[in-house]
Formats: sequence, structure tokens, C-alpha cells
Amino acid sequence: MLTMKRLLSRAGVLLTMSLMSGCDLVVLHPFGAIATQQGHLIMISTFLMLLIVVPVLGLTFFFAWRYRASNREATYTPEWDHSTALELVIWTAPLFIVIALGAVTWINTHTLDPYRALRRSDPTHLLPAGSHPLVVDVVALDWKWLFIYPDQGIATVNELAAPVDMPIEFKITSSSVMNSFFIPALAGQIYAMPGMQTELHAVINHTGQYEGFSANYSGAGFSGMHFKFHGMSRADFDHWVERARSGDDALSRDAYLRLVQPSARDAVHRYSAVAPGLYDAILNQCVARAC
Amino acid sequence: MLNHTSLTTLFLGRLSWNALPLHEPIILYTFVGVAAGGIALLGAITYYRLWGILWRDWITSIDHKRIGIMYIILGLIMLLRGFSDALMMRAQQAVAFGDSAGFLPPHHYDQVFTAHGVIMIFFVAMPLVTGLMNFVVPLQIGARDVAFPFLNNFSFWMTACGAVLVMMSLFVGEFARTGWLALPPLSGILFSPDVGVDYYIWSLQIAGVGTLLSGINLIATIVKMRAPGMTLMKMPIFTWTALCTNVLIVAAFPVLTAVLALLSLDRCIGTNFFTNDLGGNAMMYVNLIWIWGHPEVYILILPAFGVFSEIVSTFCGKRLFGYASMVYATVVITILSYLVWLHHFFTMGSGASVNSFFGITTMIISIPTGAKIFNWLFTMYRGRIRFELPMMWTIGFMFTFTIGGMTGVLLAVPPADFALHNSLFLVAHFHNVIIGGVLFGMLAGINYWFPKAFGFKLDAFWGKCSFWLWLSGFWFAFTPLYVLGLMGITRRLSHFDDPSLQIWFEIAAFGAVLIFLGILCFIVQLVVSFLRREELRDVTGDPWDGRTLEWSTASPPPVYNFAFTPIVHDNDTWADMKKNHYARPQEGFIAIHLPQNTAAGFVIATLSAACGFAVIWHMWLPAAAAFAAMLVAVIVHTFNYDRDTHLSADEVRKIEGSRTALLANHV
Repeated sequence: MLTMKRLLSRAGVLLTMSLMSGCDLVVLHPFGAIATQQGHLIMISTFLMLLIVVPVLGLTFFFAWRYRASNREATYTPEWDHSTALELVIWTAPLFIVIALGAVTWINTHTLDPYRALRRSDPTHLLPAGSHPLVVDVVALDWKWLFIYPDQGIATVNELAAPVDMPIEFKITSSSVMNSFFIPALAGQIYAMPGMQTELHAVINHTGQYEGFSANYSGAGFSGMHFKFHGMSRADFDHWVERARSGDDALSRDAYLRLVQPSARDAVHRYSAVAPGLYDAILNQCVARAC
Repeated sequence: MLNHTSLTTLFLGRLSWNALPLHEPIILYTFVGVAAGGIALLGAITYYRLWGILWRDWITSIDHKRIGIMYIILGLIMLLRGFSDALMMRAQQAVAFGDSAGFLPPHHYDQVFTAHGVIMIFFVAMPLVTGLMNFVVPLQIGARDVAFPFLNNFSFWMTACGAVLVMMSLFVGEFARTGWLALPPLSGILFSPDVGVDYYIWSLQIAGVGTLLSGINLIATIVKMRAPGMTLMKMPIFTWTALCTNVLIVAAFPVLTAVLALLSLDRCIGTNFFTNDLGGNAMMYVNLIWIWGHPEVYILILPAFGVFSEIVSTFCGKRLFGYASMVYATVVITILSYLVWLHHFFTMGSGASVNSFFGITTMIISIPTGAKIFNWLFTMYRGRIRFELPMMWTIGFMFTFTIGGMTGVLLAVPPADFALHNSLFLVAHFHNVIIGGVLFGMLAGINYWFPKAFGFKLDAFWGKCSFWLWLSGFWFAFTPLYVLGLMGITRRLSHFDDPSLQIWFEIAAFGAVLIFLGILCFIVQLVVSFLRREELRDVTGDPWDGRTLEWSTASPPPVYNFAFTPIVHDNDTWADMKKNHYARPQEGFIAIHLPQNTAAGFVIATLSAACGFAVIWHMWLPAAAAFAAMLVAVIVHTFNYDRDTHLSADEVRKIEGSRTALLANHV
């Protein structure tokens, strides 16, 4: 009997493990410093809450079993309905957990604020003074992503690349409707909204190819609105930029107005040059007019 | 001078034969099925000569009990529609991988998830909650009806007409493809030029009038019509939660009405409140809709908390632990529910201090909610727990909701939300609290109060099947979504590239099938209980050894609820009366004043639905005609002075006498 039970429980564990091994919990095990801290925060918060959730669940089942009507051994006190000491525990135990969690929240919301420029490339490496981040202007289009590299003078559609351990400063907007710019391996998401600009500071610490997509429903082509994000060594990144520059397709205002027409699942495209002031014109919704 | 075309436009607007989805086989078959079912139903009503009964006793009835029951029937019917949408989504996501596009193109899939959300919140959860409050509250406070009985009938028919408009969008035209909150700019005229968003706006506007009026009605009822001796702190907890919920309705729904009105101005006459151009600001819509939307969550959950409080105390045979702290917890939640709306969009770029503020206020709500869970727990402590159906739903709720609450607090931590917002983790969380909280609560309440409404209990076997299928189905359907959320998978996708995800969606679809079987078992439970009604009959009016006033009267209660207004000395009034050997009065009956049935509510609501339909299709002439007819109907009703009727003392004596005889035979 005992062995049977053991066998069953082992089979259960094996089944769970085989299921879980097939899945890649990228939110909890990401590859960028910001996302890593967010993943840790999820673990810490869950642990803090389990401190109270586990006893509650345990007591629910214990009381339900112990005080079942058929158990005449158990004490029955139909008139008992108040205990100041218990009430104190009931209200203060969750209060203390919320105080702890609130403190963690306040601190981390500020340190992980997407608007805050990074001072470290990972928890142990302080960036040298005067170092500049890689700036990327992100535009959500119907239904593809345009990335403009103002310092490199190139632009790409549905492909994003950055050198590892170098902070990236994203400036994010949208051409038409709301989207959300999200690369789970890199950092949490932030909305891309027409006529408005949001920002995200993040850094990727491992080379590799990661998924990026829109995390806010934006219409018919939404499901195909992904791109690949490449974490590269510095040399590979420079090479990648050079390759983009060597093309002969420039992103003029007219080219942008053609690009902005709704389309889904577009192939990767690279522009060797970008019209000056294009991103600001997109942000101010005036590409078609002179501004 | 009007030529032929412009006259046609004035009459038919943009409505044409193209609006009928003849090219969509799924919808066409559904339509054929619905039409066949509808014709069969109408035929049966005619065959059994039920039209008169239907009209006199139900459609024109202003008895709060019948209106409550009609609300619940509406909610259950719409549950079938909303759940069909859920099954379609689960099926689509389980098959649409790699080269397979699944069976729903985005154009259809996007309507399905929008309709699912709208229907489940506005036309399933709301009618169930309102129906239960309507049925139970007057009985619990010892009142003969609600404060404004005609208004109650009108409210119901407005809600029902809103539901009818949503259903029509399935067969005439299409529904919104925007998500259940219709956020602009996507819902603006530029990106959604068809009738979908207009269906959305007008069905919610019409149903919203009903919800708001019913909120006012129940507040007035609870504040003014309690039995003598029932001070606020002697009110049953369900009545307390109903009061708080209706306060929330009255404060929150006008915001929804206003924001939808602004959106329709943007769409119809070219204003720029939420557009991208000319100073419009879509963020304003997001803020306003969530200022309604977050209290809405508590509008739904508070009455469920009330149901569980009543059930725990009854089935543990014990006074509710911590009555006062339960009341304070409810009131604190009511107030705090207005201070958290921004947690729905931490990711829209607010500063760290603003995000922290709203994150922490959200966490604070978990303190009174936690206190409630503890209070139920300590009511069970040293009780004599009878595991009848309502109690099983309650235990299932405590287990499921606690976990849903935990994932909710996790989402309230802004940096965690950046990673989990809009993911399937979020979808799993809110289904965890809405199914595990609201829906389990409503099903518990239906099982609990059913014998009061119809005079016989629901069948326990099929009820247990339904319970276990719902509970296991829920966990099978939503645990995979939690996992997928942690894998960074976002919601509302109709296709996936990564085939390794498919297994999780298949498990989720299996869970949805279990829930489907749970719903089937619930329907079987209703049918079997009706067939076995003589065996399940309750003649005492108090089948569960209840503790509150509704159990002191007959099942089903007489039209006047109580022959004599009870006098309240304790918050478990009926338990207290039983303990002190209360004897039903047999003499001294007097005539009872009752309101007269009226068709006005049904007529006005139907006209408003007609007006809404005409406006959706820009049929301006019919719209104006329907609106004028509605005004005329309202004015005619104000001149109707034949609104009262009296049940003579003799008739009351007869009704009460037959109950006395029944009780004597039973014992």
C-alpha cells in the first residue's frame, strides 16, 4: 500500500517536472538586469503572502474536517461570536504583511522605475561616469514595430538589436492605437501610445535571441505583431549596424507614410538612413504635414 | 426636396442585407439553432396556453420576488451565451499553432473575446447579483416589497433589453472588436467605423439605466423599509453588502454613462474627447472607465461575500463570528475601491510615486478582505458544519478565492505588474476571483435560496456533480494560464508560433470542457429537482434551519411576504425568534395594500431598445419615432392613477390559514 502511494506520488512529481521542464518561465528567469529584479520581486512578494495564505488554507480544511456535523466529539459553541484577541490578530497579521510588502513595493517601484536611467549594467557592475546609453526610438505601427537608432542613423522594422551590458534608453510612441512594448527577457513592458511618449531603461546581459511583441490588443493584426530582439557582443552589434547602413533604402517621410499603412506579419526590413526629425514628427502626429 | 435615396437612408441608415452574416457558417448555424429553439419555445408557450400567465404573473409583475427570479433567469441564459464564447476561445487557442490558423479568423475571434467579457460582466454577473439582492433583501429586512416596485420592473426590462441588443449584434451586423472596455483610439470612428462599438455603447447605456435605477431603489428600500428594531448594526450581512454594493452602483455607474456618452459623441458628431487629434486624450477615457471599472469589481464581489456570510453561519449552526468587524470590513472595502483604479494601468507611464501609491492602496484592500476570510474561518471553528450544497460552494470559494486574492496582490506590486500586465497570468487572476468569488457565490446563493423561491430544494446529487466539475474545471482551465503568463504570453492572441505552448492550451481547453459539463449538470439539477419536487418539497419555509427573517415566512412567500411586520431584537432575528418559541399569529389579520401590476416598464424598455437599435444603424427617422413613443409612454404612465390594490383581510386569513394547516400536517 505504502509503495503504491509512493509510486503514485513519484509519478505525480515526474509528470509535473516533465511539464515544467518543457516550459520556459522567462518572467522568472530572464536575461536582463531589470527583468531579473522584477522576477525576484515576484518571488519575494509571493513568499511574503504565502506566510498568511498557507495557514488560512490549512485552517480552512482543518476546521471543515474537524467541525463536521457528524463529529460529535468536537466542541460546539453556537453563541460564541466574538473574541477581541482573535480580532486583533485577524486585522494585524495581514496589516504587518502589507506593511512589509508596501515597503518592498515603494522601494522597488522607485528603483525599477522605467524612466530612471541605469547606473549599473548588472547588480555588481557600476557604469563608468559619462557613459552614454544606446538610444532607440520605438514606434508601434499597425501591426509592426519600427525601431529608429538616432545615434547610428539607421532604422529597422520588426528587428531590434543591442550590445550586451550596455544600457538602452527606449523612447516609445505609437502611430495610431495603443500597444504595449514588451520583451519579457529584457524588462517589463510599457505602453506605446499615440501622441504621447513613454520611456524605458533596460539592459541585456546575455547574448541571444529573445521574443518581443505587443502586449496590448491593437486590432486585427495584433497576433502577428512580434519581433526578435538580439542581444549581441559589441563587435557583432557594430557589424550589424554597418550592414544596415550599407543598404540603399532610406526612411524618408514618404517611405514612412507608406510603411504606416496597416499590414501584418511583415518581414524584417532595415533602413540605411532616417529622415531628420522623423521620430518627433511621428510623436507629434504630423509626418504628413510640414512640422 | 428629399429624393428616394436620402429617404431610404433616413429610414434604414446603414442597415442593409449585407448586415446579415450569411457568409459566416458558425454564426449562420447558431442562428438556425437559436431560431429553431425560439420557435419551439414560443410554440410550447402557445400550446400550453401560458401567454396569459407569462404576461400577468411575470412580464408585468412588480413583485420583487418574481423580478429577482427573472433577473437570475436572464443571468443564467446569458451565461450560456458568454460561456459559448469562452469555449470558442479555448478551442481556437488550443489549435491555432504554427501553420494552422484555427477556425476563427481575427475578425470573428476579436468579437468573441469582446462579447465574452461584456456579457459575463454586464449580463451574467450583474443580473445574478441584482436578482439575488432583489429577491432576498426585502425578505431579510421584513419588508413587503422594494421602495419603488414599478421602477424595479422597469429596471429589469432595461437590463433585459440591453442583453437583447448584444444578442442581436450576433445576427444583425457585428459586435465590437475592441476588448470589453472599448478603449480609444481603437474604439474611435477612425479605427472602428462599423456598428460593433455602437452596439456596445447602446446596449450598455440602456442596461446601465436599469442598473442605476435598481441601485437607487435598493438603497431606499434598505434605508427606509427595515422592520422595527432592525437598526443598521442588526441588519443581516447580506443586506449590508447589498447596501454597500448599491451605494457603489449609484456612485460609479454615472461615470460609465458619461464616458460612453463622450465616446459616442466622438463617434457620431465628431467631437475630440478621446481622439489622437485636436487635443483629444485617450488616457482620459482609460482613467474614467476604470474609475467606474474598479468599483464594479466590488459591486460584484460584495454581495457574494454577503451570501457566504449567511451560508457559513447557517450551515455551521452558529452566530457569525465578528459581525461588527465584518460590517466595517465591508464599508472599508467600499471606500477603498475608489482609490485603486490606476493599478489597471501602471504600465501607461505614471511616475514611481503615483504607481506606488495606487499599488499600496490596493494591498490595503486585502486587509479587510483577509479579515472577512478569517471571520468565516472562525465561524466554522467550533461549529456543527453540515456540508449541504451551499456550504460546499463556500468551502470551494474560500480555497479558490484566497489564491486569487494572492495573485491579485502580486499584480498590485508595480514592477511585478510590468512583467505580468495583460498577460495570461492576469487573465487567470481575474477569473480566479470572479469565478471563484462572484460565480461560486451566486451558485451558492441560488442553491441556498432556491427552496425559499420555489418551495422545494435542489437535487443534491446533480448539484454535487456540478460543484465538483466547476471546481476542478476551474483549476484545469486557469492553472495553465498562470504558467503561460509566467512564460510571458500575452492575452487576446488568436494565433501562436511556438508549438511548445500548445499542451498548456490543451489542458486549459480540457478545463473549459469540465466547466461545460458542470453547467450541464446544473441544468440537469434544475430539471431533476422540478421532476422530483414532491420529494424535495419544503413545507416549513425553513429547510436549512436558517437564522434570518426570510426563513420565517412560507416557501414560496405569499405575495405580501409577511402578514404581520416582524419585530427585530437580534441580528440573527429568526434564530432568536425560534429560540424564544415564537408562535405565528392566527388572528387579527388586516387588509394589505399592494401595488398594481403594470405593462409600462416593459413597454418603455422595449421602445428604448428599439430607439437604441435605430441609433446604432443611424436610422434617424425610426429612432426619433421610437424616442417620441417612449416619451408618450412615460407621460401616459404618470397619468395612470390605478396603481394600488388591496388584499382583503379575509384573503390574508385564507392564505395564512392554509399555511397553518400545512404546518400542522407536517409536524
